Amino acid sequence: MSTVRIGVITFPGTLDDIDAARAVRYAGAEPVSLWHADDDLRGVDAVIVPGGFSYGDYLRAGAIAAHQPVLRAVRGAASRGLPVLGICNGFQILCEAGLLPGALVRNAGLHFVCRDQRLRVETSATAWTGRYAAGAEIVVPLKSIEGRYVADSATLAMLEGDGRVVFRYLGVNPNGAVNDIAGIASADGRVVGLMPHPEHAIEVLTGPSSDGLDVFRSAVDAVLGSGGQLLGRRIPSKMW
Amino acid sequence: MPRVVVDVVPKPEILDPQGQAIVRALPRLGVRGVRDVRQGKHFELDVDDDVDADTLHRIAGELLANPVIEDWTVRRL
Repeated sequence: MSTVRIGVITFPGTLDDIDAARAVRYAGAEPVSLWHADDDLRGVDAVIVPGGFSYGDYLRAGAIAAHQPVLRAVRGAASRGLPVLGICNGFQILCEAGLLPGALVRNAGLHFVCRDQRLRVETSATAWTGRYAAGAEIVVPLKSIEGRYVADSATLAMLEGDGRVVFRYLGVNPNGAVNDIAGIASADGRVVGLMPHPEHAIEVLTGPSSDGLDVFRSAVDAVLGSGGQLLGRRIPSKMW
Repeated sequence: MPRVVVDVVPKPEILDPQGQAIVRALPRLGVRGVRDVRQGKHFELDVDDDVDADTLHRIAGELLANPVIEDWTVRRL
């Protein structure tokens, strides 16, 4: 069985690429460094857009990164089903790039929030959550000031109705996100974005839990074809 | 060289906590009567004569503003 290769993108100002690559290794896959100026993805099987402050959050968080060559390549590959995960600034970038609907704006309380956050995994039908049972509760770090997810009411109804809300804040809503939304998926369940940081919770020595590791193991499963059914790929009901 | 101004503000339905913080700070200046503040961004572009209105709106709508959360206006000075 060949090793699954997962790309990790670095922009100027990216912070969490090293931890994302480490999480990929812990999940049994090979991390492949991708650079913002790359216009191809080196044949990787999946891509992580990690957290940080790409381009200093100039203009809007993620706005400049969304127009870089590597993101054009990601957009093309995602349309062909490549699993893509955006974490924190990576989630903001995927929204700015139009790969996920809605936007992330300034926290309602105006404070930078840094805490170990309880989340509920709402669905296992994505390329990044197949290892979790729907409804599972996990604890991973959250650290952001532009973390409040917003979308118009039609988009929200679509996300909720189609089971595309992937992670929801539990206990407290740390930033005023609509419907307590911490993470969402694309219509086909291959592209996922979330504000909290599963890559910082892959072992108890360095994180509050190891709850985040299954995000990366799930992607390995999805690449190897051993994951479960994804959103939009449900087996149609039998015709008699 | 023509100068173009693009103003970007959060959509009315988007909570603007920064604007609210400004409203709450105004009484400390002894100012009364300001009911609401929306904080936005102001861009000044020096452009060649042949940059047309469509291009300016593309610049505003695809980069300077995020249409999901922001409205914008384009003015030639």
